[in-house]
Amino acid sequence: MSVRKYSLALVLALLGAATAAQAADKPTDPQIAHIAYTAGTIDVAAAKQAIAKSRNKVVVSFAKDMLRDHEAVNKQALALVGKLNVKPEDNATSRALSDAAGKTKASLAKLSGAAFDKAYVANEVAFHQQVNGALQTLLIPSASNPELKGLLETGLKIFQGHEQHAVHVAAELR
Amino acid sequence: MRCMWPPSCGEDATVGAARYLPLAVVMMLAAASASARAETIQVMVDKLVFTPAEVSAKVGDTIEWINRDILTHTATVKGGMEVMIPVKKTVRLTLQKAEAIDYYCRFHPNMKGRITVSAP
Repeated sequence: MSVRKYSLALVLALLGAATAAQAADKPTDPQIAHIAYTAGTIDVAAAKQAIAKSRNKVVVSFAKDMLRDHEAVNKQALALVGKLNVKPEDNATSRALSDAAGKTKASLAKLSGAAFDKAYVANEVAFHQQVNGALQTLLIPSASNPELKGLLETGLKIFQGHEQHAVHVAAELR
Repeated sequence: MRCMWPPSCGEDATVGAARYLPLAVVMMLAAASASARAETIQVMVDKLVFTPAEVSAKVGDTIEWINRDILTHTATVKGGMEVMIPVKKTVRLTLQKAEAIDYYCRFHPNMKGRITVSAP
């Protein structure tokens, strides 16, 4: 329990700090593409971890949904940056996201059974909340290419669905 | 299969033409009125929303889901049928009986729709 709370707080703090730092100067399209792709990759990795570790049908099914959707969105994102000739550019927000995700993954790895399920799903709720907040307040308004903006908006719709889905699964696990 | 229409019919071709012509006309009319009755109702699937979410139809009508998303969806009835709606594809379902069909997307459970099917 305390591990979960600690890791969650850490993720929130890091993401919050990253978003705040980035808000000062608007990210460029290559940075936005990198942030969005990184967030997708993180959730794909989290889903794979859950599929491997969880024995709970609802949790595994949710993780498979995450895997399918985030891979689809990232595939679309790669196709778009290729088409637009945009080279995704590493940045502080992407690095903060990756660092936080690495720590979360490590703390989740120590858990098993119902404790893992609850921690994974709680983290999915928090992660999607953070990413959706960043998309709404920073990434979508900052995107200058209309096609990139469009994909981010589609992504937001998808991830808002994920957030609600995760909240629903979390309630079922209680 | 039996021969239905001259001139491909063998021995009694001329008799057949006279005998079967009215029948053929009746059949064509029946087919025309049937196709006029059965409608195709389109449901857009865009940004994880079924639009319109609720449709009314008659038995024999066809529901056509047009998926504009980059994700595969389903139209699933809990404990019942499931239609897969692949990325950027259109799929059809012909309605067989009068019933209310409440469906959702199994991959995105927020997505919900309803088809109210009435007798023809």
